[in-house]
Amino acid sequence: MTSELAPSPLKLANKRSNEDRLFRGVTRGAGLATFVILALIGVFLFIEALPAFRSQGWRFLTNTGWQTTGAHPQFGVLSALSGSIIIAVIGLIIAIPVSISCALFINEYAPDTLLRFIPFKNFLTAAVDLMAAVPSIIYGMWGFFILQPHMVGLEKWLSTFFGSLGIFQNTSGAYTSSFFIAGTIVGIMCMPIITSLCREVFSLTPSGEREGAMSLGASRARVIRDVVFPFSKGGMIGSIMLGLGRALGEAIAVAIIIALAFPLNFHVVQAGGNSIAALIALQWGAGGNLGTSALLAAGLVLFILTLIINMIASRIVNASKMAGR
Amino acid sequence: MTNEENMTEVLTGETDRRVASSATASPTSLRVDGVTAAELHAKGVHAWFGERMVLENVDLVMERTKVTALIGPSGCGKSTFLRILNRMHEIVPGASLAGSVDLDGEDIYDPNQRAATIRRHIGMVFQRPNPFPAMSVRDNVLAGLRFNRIKSKHKDEIIEEALTKAGLWSEVRDRLKDMGGALSGGQQQRLCIARALAVKPAVLLMDEPCSALDPGSTLRIEQTVKEIAHEVTVVIVTHNMQQAQRVSDKTAFFLSQDGNPGYIVETGKTEDIFARPQDPRTADYVQGRFG
Repeated sequence: MTSELAPSPLKLANKRSNEDRLFRGVTRGAGLATFVILALIGVFLFIEALPAFRSQGWRFLTNTGWQTTGAHPQFGVLSALSGSIIIAVIGLIIAIPVSISCALFINEYAPDTLLRFIPFKNFLTAAVDLMAAVPSIIYGMWGFFILQPHMVGLEKWLSTFFGSLGIFQNTSGAYTSSFFIAGTIVGIMCMPIITSLCREVFSLTPSGEREGAMSLGASRARVIRDVVFPFSKGGMIGSIMLGLGRALGEAIAVAIIIALAFPLNFHVVQAGGNSIAALIALQWGAGGNLGTSALLAAGLVLFILTLIINMIASRIVNASKMAGR
Repeated sequence: MTNEENMTEVLTGETDRRVASSATASPTSLRVDGVTAAELHAKGVHAWFGERMVLENVDLVMERTKVTALIGPSGCGKSTFLRILNRMHEIVPGASLAGSVDLDGEDIYDPNQRAATIRRHIGMVFQRPNPFPAMSVRDNVLAGLRFNRIKSKHKDEIIEEALTKAGLWSEVRDRLKDMGGALSGGQQQRLCIARALAVKPAVLLMDEPCSALDPGSTLRIEQTVKEIAHEVTVVIVTHNMQQAQRVSDKTAFFLSQDGNPGYIVETGKTEDIFARPQDPRTADYVQGRFG
């Protein structure tokens, strides 16, 4: 039999109405706009950062100082980049367990009503969302004036008993304005994002699976471990990555707390540190044209870092979706 | 205690049954492991969703190693009653109940009982097959043991026994590592039956287990029900009159009229309910004149 006799698939066409065409155009435009804006930001940062890159070359990634004026400017993003990562990691270490526990409490344990008339669950949910709405400058000030004095004791304890671990070492005797305090504040700021997304995901757990487990004699804790968590894995990772995005990008709260210091520093309970976003916030307008270009170059590094993290995150989320379902 | 007293208690919340599940006292020795089939006795059971009463004064004895069918039109409270029998009713927000349910003479709603322990002894198969999709067939069968921290050196034997009883062994013996969600609908439901049997329950509750399945799968499950009935008490809710006649020894006919709470119209041997019903409403229903 020749192939000409075999039926070829019909090319399906559909006549669209004007309404449909208009709607399609608007949504498509909005969809493409995200790509365009993202690309424009990248291109803008790159062009503006060129003078800084020309001045320092690859050393921009390995230098730790920030001397942008004078005959021999020397600056680099290394300490700021490592500082951003340290703060974000501390923030997530604090935020993840608290947020997931909080989301579980709201979803699994909290009573709908308290004293029969207070809508407790809704109150809690609203409170968490409200936490996300508090401006970061408020967190920064609260962290500086209220939290910081109370953290010093804990930091001293950490450095006394775990100082030998290196990261908790304190060589200066000054405990305020440290990575640890900045990270704690950033963690508190990440909590509402992670909590409310996790709560959303947990609540989507199919009731069939949940009841199936309960009917076999599973306790609530078992149901959470063996039904809710496996189902929510992808969403939980996604929410943590969004939290990480905020942690890496937080500028004002960190800028208020941290004492800007350029040497590479891994002593988290010691005064002095650096972060890209705080660096930009604190140095903006200083250091002349090259200074501005250097800050934009640092911004570009942060931009690329968050892009990479987000891509990895979506890979993980997709992979866990495949495995889970 | 009269039913009226019970009702007031529930409505005022003084002895709200839901509190019982959080009791910290150690569970009484409800049943010894290895003991098979038990009798379930519901006494004066009432149920509410919020303020609305959906079940009124239901008394029913579900005899040891017999199959009891609960029949009746939609919305008459059969499923609610079934879920009261293993304390699944109380997990619905706003749900409450009154009355008592005895498992071999012990009240499953006693404040010293743990709801989870009760559910282990009174298993359940749901209307829609609900295997754990991310677990393998093997892990699905063993899930109940895992949930109850039961250690066993004979896992392979337990798996084979449970799957054989559920009539699934020959189909999945080479697919034990496949995911539970990869099986067909009928196989999934039999997997759920195997999963429930693996923890050796005294009673198995089945809530319209065949309503989402094709006739072939339905037949397999009915065979399974008849085969397991000699070692576990079965209570089955069904809309299918032929099914009730095929599998059950005893039938209870539930009815609710004009939005009133459901109640039992008539209980009796299955053959009597279908051949010689005492109540004209039962006769109308089993002969297909309504419902």
